[in-house]
Amino acid sequence: MIAFGLRRLAQSMAVIVVMSLLVFAGVHAIGNPVDILINPQADQNEIARATTALGLDLPLAEQYWRFLKGTATGDLGNSFVYNVPAIGLILERMPATLELAAAAMLIALVFGIPLGLWAGVAPRSAAGRAISAGSILGFSLPTFWVGLLLILVFSVWLGWLPTAGRGPTTDLLGIPVSFLSADGLRHLLLPAANLALFNLSLVARLARSGAREALQQDYVRFARSKGLAEGRVVGVHVLRNVLVPVVAVTGVQFGSVIAFAVVTETIFAWPGMGKLLIDSINVLDRPVIVGYLCVVVALFVAINLAVDLLSAWLDPRVRVRAGM
Amino acid sequence: MRGALALLALLALAAALAPWIAPQNPYDLAQLQLIDSRLPPLAHTSADAIRWLGTDDQGRDMLSAILYGLRTSLVVGLASTVLAFAIGATAGLAAAWFGGWIDALAMRLADLQLSFPSILIALVFLAILGQGLDKIIAAIVLVQWATYARAARAAALVERSKEYVEAAVALAVPDSRILFRHLLPNCLPPLLVLAAVQMAAAITLEATLSFLGLGLPITEPSLGLLVANGFNYLLSGAYWISFFPGVALLLAVVAVNLAADRLRDALDPRARR
Repeated sequence: MIAFGLRRLAQSMAVIVVMSLLVFAGVHAIGNPVDILINPQADQNEIARATTALGLDLPLAEQYWRFLKGTATGDLGNSFVYNVPAIGLILERMPATLELAAAAMLIALVFGIPLGLWAGVAPRSAAGRAISAGSILGFSLPTFWVGLLLILVFSVWLGWLPTAGRGPTTDLLGIPVSFLSADGLRHLLLPAANLALFNLSLVARLARSGAREALQQDYVRFARSKGLAEGRVVGVHVLRNVLVPVVAVTGVQFGSVIAFAVVTETIFAWPGMGKLLIDSINVLDRPVIVGYLCVVVALFVAINLAVDLLSAWLDPRVRVRAGM
Repeated sequence: MRGALALLALLALAAALAPWIAPQNPYDLAQLQLIDSRLPPLAHTSADAIRWLGTDDQGRDMLSAILYGLRTSLVVGLASTVLAFAIGATAGLAAAWFGGWIDALAMRLADLQLSFPSILIALVFLAILGQGLDKIIAAIVLVQWATYARAARAAALVERSKEYVEAAVALAVPDSRILFRHLLPNCLPPLLVLAAVQMAAAITLEATLSFLGLGLPITEPSLGLLVANGFNYLLSGAYWISFFPGVALLLAVVAVNLAADRLRDALDPRARR
């Protein structure tokens, strides 16, 4: 297990090094770094001064080293717009994004698992068919358009929920969160539901196929022949078999939920890092774009590592397959 | 299921014939009347022409705008699918055939690409390079080639040990000929199904990026950009400006997905009922 963990950790470090090279190449080779890193409104003297200050006149290898050192110490330059360190700006917005992503994942699991079980236990019933068809629709619906429909129905027509923003936040261990106040919850509901839709469909389908498979197994037949109530057979014996793939997929999907939060945050004006990214792209605030990329790469590598270690710990076969 | 193919054909035909069947050229400013702006569906213009799906903020007929937008969306989806298929399948076949460092390099690159969500990679790529039809196609190819590479490699690894390949090697057929004339045709069925599924994903991705303002410029509006434009008027109740382009997008994606299912059934004898 320790050998597996170390090997996986080394792979993660390699990914980070490769990504840092790609980001560096993107900034310094594809584009002109002077355009990318220095405010376009600066005059000739300022550009010359900033070029020296940023070390853009140094050899490429030395520049890469400086970039690595800057990234490692969290110094990616100041935002052109806010004139504060870009990385601080992103970290400040991170709790909002993580809260939204966690709420979306929670909705997907709380509704997806029971719906999938239902469809798996009674695949030919009207409800089972409706759930299967609904999950296919959930995959095909473009997220951004569903967001607009949610706003149209629940905010514009019914007037039940607010259209934008995060609402009041409450501090929980020094981190501002929305879900502790009723008004904050009302603001959270629509964006979280929008972001949850894709994974809700995914979880429901996984649970459905997992349940159908488990129902064929001998241990379920045995549980039934023992005379256990159907609720207990499904709720305990089948559910346990369904949970393994669902947990694995939930971990992997959490990263993509954070990425897709960019879309949902833009629609609902949710003040997270995704909206910050789009705003920064629109005004060409490049230090923030590079900073977002670094933060998200680190986040992703950490999530993937955690999921792999967790699944290796839960399921010894993974370690064997990985050659450890 | 046959309905899905009919729907897809109908959408493709409508997109191809857009300049001839659309009630107006939505991007000829001379044909737009501001007095007709934001008309609801089924309303009549000042010149007494009916606007089935209403008009937008500049008096543009939404039905015409959707037909032109569908054209752009389908062209982007098709072009990026063909390119990603060509690049990915070549990389996958070469990885399986040559092995060694080519295999290692191609597969590690694919791993790297697949460990990040497609939307994130495309977003960052477009943020660095800017907008444009060629750039968005390049971005979609960048996020989709790896799936084809993996599938092609897996299929080719099975095929390469078969006798017809051995025979070709014994006859000293050049590598490139073995790859494209012997291996590729035999690896094709799963790749074609994948291509259909990926095309639906490409259309959605393009629409999402255009919605975020990173895809196509305003001069070549796709369905995603039409939805984004209508978003500004949604809160004042003019729902049709974003609603109908979204419906068109949904129909296109569902039609391609269902066609992919049908293709899978047709190509895989085991799945036939």
